[in-house]
Amino acid sequence: MAQIRIENVRKEFGAFTAVQSSTFTVEDGEFFMLLGPSGCGKTTTLRMMAGLELPTSGRIYIGGEEVGMKRASERDIAFVFQMFALYPHMNVRKNISYPLVSQGMKKAEVATRVAEVAKILRIEGILDKPVGGLSGGDRQRVALGRAIVRNPKAFFMDEPLGALDAEFREHMAGELRALHDRMGATTVYVTHDQLEAMQMGDKIVVMNHGVTEQFGRPQQIYDWPATKFVAKFIGSPPMNFLEFDGMIGVGGDSIDLSGKKVKVPASREGRAGSLTLGVRPEHIRFVDDSAYRGRVIAVEYLGTTQIVTLDTPNGELKARTPSSQAARADELIGLDFDARTLTLFNAETGRALVSEANEGVLRRG
Amino acid sequence: MSSYSVTEPSARQKWFAGTLVVLYAVITILPLLWIIGTSFKSPSDAIAYPPKTFFQPTLEGYVNLFTTRTRVTEEQLKQMGEPTTWYDRLVRKDGLIIAGPSRFTERFYNSVIIGFGSTVLCIVLGTAAAYAFSRFKVPLKDDLLFFILSTRMMPPIAVAIPIFLMFRSLGLNDTHAGMILLYTAVNLSLSVWLLKGFIDEIPIEYEEAALIDGYTRFQAFYKVVLPQAATGIASTAIFCLIFAWNEYAFAVLLTSGTAQTAPPFIPTIIGVGGQDWPAVAAGATLFLVPVMVFTILLRKHLLRGITFGAVRK
Repeated sequence: MAQIRIENVRKEFGAFTAVQSSTFTVEDGEFFMLLGPSGCGKTTTLRMMAGLELPTSGRIYIGGEEVGMKRASERDIAFVFQMFALYPHMNVRKNISYPLVSQGMKKAEVATRVAEVAKILRIEGILDKPVGGLSGGDRQRVALGRAIVRNPKAFFMDEPLGALDAEFREHMAGELRALHDRMGATTVYVTHDQLEAMQMGDKIVVMNHGVTEQFGRPQQIYDWPATKFVAKFIGSPPMNFLEFDGMIGVGGDSIDLSGKKVKVPASREGRAGSLTLGVRPEHIRFVDDSAYRGRVIAVEYLGTTQIVTLDTPNGELKARTPSSQAARADELIGLDFDARTLTLFNAETGRALVSEANEGVLRRG
Repeated sequence: MSSYSVTEPSARQKWFAGTLVVLYAVITILPLLWIIGTSFKSPSDAIAYPPKTFFQPTLEGYVNLFTTRTRVTEEQLKQMGEPTTWYDRLVRKDGLIIAGPSRFTERFYNSVIIGFGSTVLCIVLGTAAAYAFSRFKVPLKDDLLFFILSTRMMPPIAVAIPIFLMFRSLGLNDTHAGMILLYTAVNLSLSVWLLKGFIDEIPIEYEEAALIDGYTRFQAFYKVVLPQAATGIASTAIFCLIFAWNEYAFAVLLTSGTAQTAPPFIPTIIGVGGQDWPAVAAGATLFLVPVMVFTILLRKHLLRGITFGAVRK
């Protein structure tokens, strides 16, 4: 197992830049998520780490060794593809033993290793079946088996659950995470599903248009997004943006939002002009005596909670409140925001203003 | 109402479909059966009118195909004593004796060498080219592929004279190597295009998985790509072989002796000793066999080729 470090890695395909100068570290034994919408460069980043693409510039370290220009086969890593890439002309046992055979391992040893892996994945029963007739979950397990049988330095997975149906995906996600916890292998996992990333990852890198938007633990990213993109991409429903023109000085702890004074975490940066106030839906409270009011547009009932869509002077807003709290369409409701959880963004650049609350997350390199 | 259901065809529909298939098969097979039948007829039965469906089978056609015969007088015949073999006896009743073997065996052998030789070359070169076009960034890829296809746009025979002149000055006239080269050149465009289609269908992830598993690109190619391209290779090989096997015009023009193939030879049988249709039919029958055997041997791959797209996803 090994630490993986990416330094200023850049990838261009002709005139198109897929990845612009990414830098981050995957610690030994971490379950690391590369998250972003399609075309954001996450798969390209993973493929460069695996050696399937060569970076245009920058360095890649696996276990302290510079591997940026090495062949995939020399990096001692395993890759799980979205479509699994099980060799269709071989049965399950041959598929799993294939990476060992290529290393010239003795037959008896290969057999023991395959048996071990089959036991871990509970696929002993299907070892002699052709891969063609397997269910999605079994294919997934065989693909994992082929990856773990070699005992590599790191696992790279490119949307490995993407080909499974929704119901089974959740089950496999749990199985995958449990497997990781048992083996403690460094794993880099690409996904476009923010829920999957939050649920499984120790750490997440959020990418967009080839740029690393933010890097951190799931909760840090959820609570203190570095950019409006991250705030919008993570969470369901995503963070609300209230647009306004105003100003805040260094040390300032309140803003003027359409005449209502809203307390925010003490700012470490000053800014005057167009600003965006970011509020998570669950941090909005309905308070009768608030001067800041919104008109209810729609109510979605979700069981214990409900999503209330409101029209406010600064744009539309979704609040997650207990279902017990009555809200009817066209009703005017007073709103209050949880001051400790708010983030201010520079509306022009989309970057979060550093405050007392998020500086720990945003200034950590 | 946009829903519909697939129902099991009724007995009548099945019967109708079955009849149609059988009818089609009969129409296709009938000429072949007639050729095979004629090859076992006597020369007079072969030209009888109305045509004879039932007749006394004889191997005369085959004997005539493989031998040359000369006419002798009855006295000479008596002096020679009793015929020793069944085929001697067969020709003697027409007042003939066997003078020696015909050239059919040689011509047939030439067909086999040239047909299979060019097919193998076509597949080797075609697979390599198709793989490169499918997987690598080849400069001017589309133009090159179009150029390769364009070599097929005019009938090959249109360039027969230039090829004849080139072959003459290169000393390739009437040689096995020359004919193999020519048929390969004509077939290569088909083989590259067909094989590229099949290789494009194989997801690149298989090779990437093999690369990560510790194989070189060449190993990945022949251990992972080739087995999966077997279907495409088999069907391409059949097409190449059928073309090279049946080719007539170039063979007439460019071969006369050592490298002559069976197609230009078979009609020459007609000239020897009258219109010997049973011998021609016998030659045609034997000529059919190798392609049929080859196709039957590769049939499994062909059938898999048809269902390939259906079962993969």
